[in-house]
Amino acid sequence: MLALVSPALLVILALIVLPVGWLAWQSIYHDGFTLENYRRVFTEDVYWRSFALTFEISLAVTLIALLLGYPVAYLANALPKGWSILILSLVVLPFWTSVLVRAYAWLALLQRTGVINQFLRYLDAISEPLALVHNTFGTVVATVHILLPFMVLPLYAAMQKIPNDLMQAGASLGASPSLTFFRVFLPLSFPGVLAGCTMVFVLCLGFYITPELLGGGRTVMVSMLVSRNVELYNQFGAASAVAVVLLLSVLAIFFVVSRFISLDRVLGQK
Amino acid sequence: MTMKQKFGLGCALLGAIGLTNAADAAEQITFVSQGGAYQQAQTVAILDPSAKKLGITINQDSIPDAWPAIKTQVGSGKPIWDVVDTPTGNCLRGGEQGLMEKLDFSKIPNGAAMPEAYRSPYSVSYEFYSSVLAYSQKTFPKDAPSSWADFWDVKKFPGRRALRNHPFATLEAALMADGVAPDKLYPLDVDRAFKKLEEIKPHITVWWTSGAQSAQLLNDGEIDMEMAWNGRVSAVAKEGAKVSFTYNQGILQSTSLCILKGAPNLATAVKFLNEAVDPVHQANLPLHIDYGPGNPKAFETNVIKPERAAQLPSEPANAAKQALMSYAWWSSPAGEAAEKRWASFMQK
Repeated sequence: MLALVSPALLVILALIVLPVGWLAWQSIYHDGFTLENYRRVFTEDVYWRSFALTFEISLAVTLIALLLGYPVAYLANALPKGWSILILSLVVLPFWTSVLVRAYAWLALLQRTGVINQFLRYLDAISEPLALVHNTFGTVVATVHILLPFMVLPLYAAMQKIPNDLMQAGASLGASPSLTFFRVFLPLSFPGVLAGCTMVFVLCLGFYITPELLGGGRTVMVSMLVSRNVELYNQFGAASAVAVVLLLSVLAIFFVVSRFISLDRVLGQK
Repeated sequence: MTMKQKFGLGCALLGAIGLTNAADAAEQITFVSQGGAYQQAQTVAILDPSAKKLGITINQDSIPDAWPAIKTQVGSGKPIWDVVDTPTGNCLRGGEQGLMEKLDFSKIPNGAAMPEAYRSPYSVSYEFYSSVLAYSQKTFPKDAPSSWADFWDVKKFPGRRALRNHPFATLEAALMADGVAPDKLYPLDVDRAFKKLEEIKPHITVWWTSGAQSAQLLNDGEIDMEMAWNGRVSAVAKEGAKVSFTYNQGILQSTSLCILKGAPNLATAVKFLNEAVDPVHQANLPLHIDYGPGNPKAFETNVIKPERAAQLPSEPANAAKQALMSYAWWSSPAGEAAEKRWASFMQK
């Protein structure tokens, strides 16, 4: 068994554990042991604002993705096989387009001369173009689009495991469809909700290209601090300190979530 | 294959050819620039003719941001590059940190003949570009904004605006908008510049980060005026968009040539450096790309036609209207502090 797993372990060791460890080391060692990089992260306003904004955006994206994704997963689960395959294919389809292309597509839709503003102007619904992009709003919209599959798929997987008999039992006992949904289906789908939310939230924390292109320069998320610190301080330590703090936040989130639900359910198909 | 990959492959092949020739070629150097159309233009205008004239082999490499590689190569004690074409600030900073060879200008007569503002103990100017005020001719068919004071005047010139998400040239523009003369900018009054920037901040739609983004904003009509690099604006105009720019109060910026400390072919590198800023080679560069020669003497060679010269950022009459960026100030402690202050300005 170990022999079979060891190539994969070696790859992970060589490509993930060693580089990440090396970066973490750089953040505390530069011509001697130093905590300067961490002092900056924890005392300067800029970092605090970025972390706060990143968590706000991630929270907003997660909630919107849940509201949009739950009905989709529900429908895919409730409809006959052919339909559910179609729905899930549509959900996964954008996966095969690059994040960069999707960001530019949103630009074409949302900017001043974009499709939405042109259309609203044509309808005379607005006199001035709406500021839909180059701000946090545009960033959230595009990020939700990109991360939606990570919400829908775990939800669908969790819903698949809910036996249909339970709803029928509820109905036979006289409960209305909405009552069976709220009292039976919703609680049973909760592991999927938690799994989807964790995936989306954690992935969103590290988003870079989308806020960079659609944030108008004002939406500075943590990943952008990482790249900016390389330019500003000309050493990796300043940047990796930011990355280490973000990594620890993610691990903390996983730890908290793991108290409620087995991590296998978040990451795998159990 | 993308253009860049093709170019990279081309470079690799050139390098390979260079290596096989190395046995019989007496002298060779490795020259590094930023790739793309820019490096190709140099190859035709400067590198090939220089190699031929000096009878040397020039192996080419390219990298978008040379600074980290310079640090690692010199740090390792055995650099493989000789001459680097990089933003002048890198040459100065590198010089101060002991990463660059100090130049002996007695062996570089072409460099010695250049005005002092165009060279440093570690570098000579190689080419010029400018951060200019660009605008949409659709929004401003006449009476276009023509100074940074106009850019700041949101009543007289209503419209959406963009600036670069970087303090370089932006602080200079703010000071000029506040009435500082282009030749009296340095040392920059950083407090005054940020105060003036606070004034325009609510009216800035986009703070762009890449040259491509600045071009897209102008091309799509997403903004009505912005600070952008002259080559980007003229490229958009060539594609047919109704956009234009003024050199008035532009901020003239440059890349320079410098030699890595401990370069493997130092003597040949110095010879090449002198040849690369030869007025005639330099004059050939703007025939292939929208950048101005680093050596102002290029304009006296009659190689550049007057109508072409008038389009170039470093043409003397255009240069006179602009501010010459002081890389010495930007790599000073005050400059570095201003760069760090930018981040908190953006996030407030």
